[in-house]
Amino acid sequence: MSEARLMQGNEACAEGALAAGVRFFGGYPITPSTEIAEHMAGALPALGGTFIQMEDEIAGIAVVLGAALAGKKVLTATSGPGFSLKQELIGYGCIAEIPAVIVNVQRTGPSTGQPTSPSQGDIMQARWGTHGDHPMIALSPWTVRESFDVAVKAVNYAERFRTPVIILLDEVVGHMRERVVLPRPEEIDVYPRRKPVVTEGEPYKPFKPMDDLVPSPADFGTGHRYHVTGLFHDETGFPSGNAKLTKDVTHRLHEKIMRAQDEITHYDEFFMEDAEIVVVAYGGTARTAYAGVEAARKKGVKVGMVRLMTIWPFADKIIKKIAAQAKAILVPEMNYGQLVLEVERVAAGQAKVVSLPKYDTEIFTPQEIVAAIEDLNAEVAK
Amino acid sequence: MNRLPHIWCPGCGNGIVMKAIAQAIDKQGLDQNKTVIVSGIGCSSRASGYMDFDTLHTAHGRAIPFATGIKLANPELNVIVITGDGDCTAIGGNHFIHGARRNVDLTVVLFNNNIYGMTGGQASPLTPLGKKATTAPYGSVDRAFDACELAKAAGATYVARSTAYHVNQMVDLIAEGIANKGFSFVETMTPCPISYGRRNKLGDAAAMLKGMSQQAVPLIAYEKMSEEQREGKIPTGVLHKSQFPEYCSEYAQVICMAGEGEV
Ligand SMILES: Cc1ncc(C[n+]2csc(CCOP(=O)(O)OP(=O)(O)O)c2C)c(N)n1
Ligand code: SF4
Repeated sequence: MSEARLMQGNEACAEGALAAGVRFFGGYPITPSTEIAEHMAGALPALGGTFIQMEDEIAGIAVVLGAALAGKKVLTATSGPGFSLKQELIGYGCIAEIPAVIVNVQRTGPSTGQPTSPSQGDIMQARWGTHGDHPMIALSPWTVRESFDVAVKAVNYAERFRTPVIILLDEVVGHMRERVVLPRPEEIDVYPRRKPVVTEGEPYKPFKPMDDLVPSPADFGTGHRYHVTGLFHDETGFPSGNAKLTKDVTHRLHEKIMRAQDEITHYDEFFMEDAEIVVVAYGGTARTAYAGVEAARKKGVKVGMVRLMTIWPFADKIIKKIAAQAKAILVPEMNYGQLVLEVERVAAGQAKVVSLPKYDTEIFTPQEIVAAIEDLNAEVAK
Repeated sequence: MNRLPHIWCPGCGNGIVMKAIAQAIDKQGLDQNKTVIVSGIGCSSRASGYMDFDTLHTAHGRAIPFATGIKLANPELNVIVITGDGDCTAIGGNHFIHGARRNVDLTVVLFNNNIYGMTGGQASPLTPLGKKATTAPYGSVDRAFDACELAKAAGATYVARSTAYHVNQMVDLIAEGIANKGFSFVETMTPCPISYGRRNKLGDAAAMLKGMSQQAVPLIAYEKMSEEQREGKIPTGVLHKSQFPEYCSEYAQVICMAGEGEV
């Protein structure tokens, strides 16, 4: 396992999910995510797991949610149009508290858009795509090796918080091949399926929260016999229209994740000691952003960088910190300007926040990043 | 039962079909702890919540793919699907035909009340031509599906139809569907006096049940009838049986092959 291999981001993502214990995949082919399904179709049965190609993306997420309830760790993968189709059932997973990982290898949209062109256009859809109030965990890797690590984390978070977790790849990272050394199985922390808790002399309460606000419902077929629904429900799982219950459950669903926010927020800082300008970037864009920041540094600009792996919940602590330190924050993204809105919200006027959007199907070049940094540097020096 | 009162209207046929499913499960001696009921969204789909098994009330139209996931993840479970006519043949139509095509060992019980009950009486793909609905106030001009023919054409290996009037037959047909190792489809005609019967002047629940008793004709008799005689009649009983390998068993062989490094 631990030798160096040449691997594609999509493949590393699939391998990470397998390493974290995923044994069920259901999905529908779509560029640029299809290699994940293809990899799973070959690998899963060899591990005693199950792969099924469904009739559409809605069925793809439905089948994995069903399998998760019957005890499997599950994955589905798609791209923009399919991600849109899955949204209703992503919300189902949130309220019914079903662990599942959804990979979205983003492509240029809306609609069929530019099927084979890179994009980071689904940042807001990942957060707000399903209807109603709900929390969301979404992670975005910037290297092939990190695609493996992010998949492991995503599966673990799904199981630990009993919630859908989204992996936002972009076409750059998904299709890129890099030399990687994967960790050995014993080096990987795997979060096991939570064990059901039964209180003697009480009716079984699958949705009773534990100390961490997360419930531990039993797998179907293990003799606990309970109801799962997408309606608001009491701790037994039975639907309830009660106003206070609705409010309390909504609050708990948010809190179970926000309480652990520090732990699930991952990012890297580069050249930050004296940085007056900070580039905030993620995914494939962070790679060119890094090259641009390095080049600008060589030219004497006091520029640093924060690379976000955790997209949701939004990394507000680190952004607040850099807004207090820096004069300006530059946010390059392969979209019309999405995560920059969150950066602006958190910076709250403390530092100037500048969007550097790119939506012409091309990836950023380091030169474009350097030019934007230099412009901003000149502007804040005035 | 702290789950009572149930949500159904007086005279609704859903309780009759739900009871028939419970009796069919009992008749087949299924282990209560190894039986899962999966439903979609609609009045009929609320039945899952009143049944003492592992029960899953999913989203509108999606019960079959959820059930497929459960069965594939743990093939030792008995999985029964409860669905309405809109749930199964409109929003869930694609899942329905592909479920039948794959022949996963599921028993799908369609509660056919010819209408969208839960949302107050809109036309469904099983609303007969000319019948009224809130969205077809002048009578429906959409041709209706024959859900059993659809299931058969799509590859279901057991297809049957009964009515809420013929309760004993319904129990037997569902039980036989459970025994069939493959995708079994049982359409049950059930009265919705509130959202369908009233608007179409079909009388109260008792009158609707009586109407069903007159419409239903055993398949053998139906086959001998002329076109004119068939007018307004519906064939009931076992309508189709066929042999095809069951999906989970086939996939178990894929696992064997992959384990032996044949990929
Ligand atoms: C995606 C989605 N679309 C629409 C609805 C609204 N809706 C709920 S039940 C229903 C129709 C139910 O009719 P049917 O499946 O025939 O079941 P019945 O209520 O008659 O038993 C509709 C349209 C919904 N819940 N979800
Ligand atoms: S609306 Fe019709 S199907 Fe729904 S509960 Fe009432 S009678 Fe039954």
